[in-house]
Amino acid sequence: MDRRHFFKASLAGSAALAAATTARPVQAREAHVLSPDALGLLYDSTLCIGCKACVAACKQSNDMPPEFQANTEQPYWDMPLDISGKTLTVIKVYRHGTMDKKDEEQNGYAFIKKSCMHCVDPSCVSACPVSAMQKDAKTGVVSYSKDACIGCRYCVAACPFGVPRFTYDQTFPQISKCQLCQHRWKDGKYSACAEVCPTGATLFGKVADLKKEAARRRSLKPGTQTAFPRGQLGGPEQSYPGVVGKYVDHLYGETEFGGTQMVMLSGVPFDKLGYPDLPPRSDAITSETLQHTLYGGLVMPLVFLGALAYAAKRNTKQYDEEEKGGHHE
Amino acid sequence: MSEHAPAPLGGKLVTPVTLCLGAISLAAGLVMIVRFIFGLGAVTNLSDGYPFGIWIVYDVVIGSAFACGGYTMALLVYIFNKGEYHPLVRPALLASVFGYSLAAVSVMMDMGRYWNAWHIFWPAYAQVNSVLFEVATCISLYIMVMWIEFSPAFLDKLAFGFLKKIVPNVKKIVAKLMFLFIALGVLLPSMHQSSLGSMLIILGNQIHPLWRSGLLLPLEYLMTAVLLGFAVVVFEATLVSLGFRRPMETPLLAKLAKFIWGLLLAYLALRIGGLVMRGALPHAFQVTLESFWFWVEMICFIVPAVMLASTANRNNAGKLFGAAVLLMLGGFMLRINGFLVGYETGDGWHYFPSLPELILSVGLISFEILAYIVLVKLLPVLPAMKPAVSR
Repeated sequence: MDRRHFFKASLAGSAALAAATTARPVQAREAHVLSPDALGLLYDSTLCIGCKACVAACKQSNDMPPEFQANTEQPYWDMPLDISGKTLTVIKVYRHGTMDKKDEEQNGYAFIKKSCMHCVDPSCVSACPVSAMQKDAKTGVVSYSKDACIGCRYCVAACPFGVPRFTYDQTFPQISKCQLCQHRWKDGKYSACAEVCPTGATLFGKVADLKKEAARRRSLKPGTQTAFPRGQLGGPEQSYPGVVGKYVDHLYGETEFGGTQMVMLSGVPFDKLGYPDLPPRSDAITSETLQHTLYGGLVMPLVFLGALAYAAKRNTKQYDEEEKGGHHE
Repeated sequence: MSEHAPAPLGGKLVTPVTLCLGAISLAAGLVMIVRFIFGLGAVTNLSDGYPFGIWIVYDVVIGSAFACGGYTMALLVYIFNKGEYHPLVRPALLASVFGYSLAAVSVMMDMGRYWNAWHIFWPAYAQVNSVLFEVATCISLYIMVMWIEFSPAFLDKLAFGFLKKIVPNVKKIVAKLMFLFIALGVLLPSMHQSSLGSMLIILGNQIHPLWRSGLLLPLEYLMTAVLLGFAVVVFEATLVSLGFRRPMETPLLAKLAKFIWGLLLAYLALRIGGLVMRGALPHAFQVTLESFWFWVEMICFIVPAVMLASTANRNNAGKLFGAAVLLMLGGFMLRINGFLVGYETGDGWHYFPSLPELILSVGLISFEILAYIVLVKLLPVLPAMKPAVSR
């Protein structure tokens, strides 16, 4: 084969790969949809008073160790500043200027919860090479199995919310993430963070119901009185009268990344609260569509292998014959 | 070029160079012990903001691309039937098999729950939607294929004791099926070298726009892997000629350089075209840390593209070597930029490799060079030279 042929062949090869990868494949992997029985949380930043009872209850229910800050003189209190290998949920504060008013972007402050969003189409599940991250088909809970996990941390890298965390300090480390307290369900209990929340800022329930509740709050006039449920939506009656907040026109998690099962309301734009602006299409779809296009049924690799084997067979045979009949070239 | 069959170089194994390399390899061994007793946190600067450090980004993503010499030479010689490059195949393959095998060692160091590593290959656990699944299985298979491809160089040495009867038969089978292993040896790197780029797709907006190439990522990584494979062959052949006082292979390498040049132009067209098409080019002209490293990367590709355009430069051993080193740096930067510089998960996260992380990576490279030196002296890898030719 002369050089021109070499270039032709390599260009043809590159073009084939380019066509396979850049052209939108005929069959893009369909977006996963929310299960009608999906469970989740509604977090309303305007109701949150920053008491962090949820953080404490989460630690207790999930048997997580306390976290001390290096600059604290006497390490008596659990003081996580962010979720970590030891902490599955935290309440963070947004501060601006004089911090006079709650839930105001200018010269105000606001609280925000950080924990797993339980994505409808989660990147961590798609990234995990050993099925250690699973999404329950019915409840939609994204769970983690340390018995399956190899500790590669691709889930940590992939999650757009920075949720799965890793215990780097342990000899036998593992991933830590909120699993919606599904281990408590068998005792008739639900997410500890929602159970202890005194204002109903964190509310547990079916995602469909939570979205209806969010829509109800958004339809009310800010400053008027309404009843706010607490604990579990559809559970025992624990509602109390409160004042409707002034929400930004955004239910975070409704469309982000194909939707999430923790949805949030706030008086301050979400990008200010550390929540990224995400497209409605999960990157997992792009990634999986590419993999399926290239490797689906191993068709392309096998065809490619056949062509390579044919060329290799022909060319090595030539060597053998040449070597038998004297040296080549 | 010499028509001589490969032959062992011979010579002393214990030299100041090999002793030095051995000492650095031992230091890496110490890091491994500490890592297994006290955990990753004790030796690395990894965090949840930077879950991948140099043990993945350098040792695997970059190291395996640097180890593409065996892949590209097999592609050239056996698939495109360019027989004159045959003498370069075996030395390139030796460097590749070590590069990949040590990348696998590094993965085991980095894997937090390494005792579960077999789950990747176990149907009940394997998760075929994962890009990392494809990368891991494909690299593991390729390492096995490369050892088989290289086996004609060492099988004879194993013919002792009860193996005496088995080895000739194994040799015959390997020879008969070699075409299949060669085909696999071209297919598998094409798959996982592109997938190493695809790994960034699911990281989505966490990757800076300059490296967020979407579906072009696999093509960019594959093309640069082939480029790096050729560049590494030039690099190794030059160093082997200098280090073992053998004549330069410049005429052969100069011809190779023309392929490199063509492919390099195609890559630059794809890379720059991609940036323009997705509207990311303005980011290159903002004053940021990312744009600085972007230009370092691009210059490492553009300068060799200009250098290799001239026939005189391609026939100049020094300039050819320079272009190859720049290309290696370019491929290095593309991968460092994509996985570390351009990776941003939020404020407050920083990463620079710790001393033990560096010691392990440098130690593995030292071990690779040490093993290469020892094996070319013991095994038939490099083409035999007439005594009169060697200085």
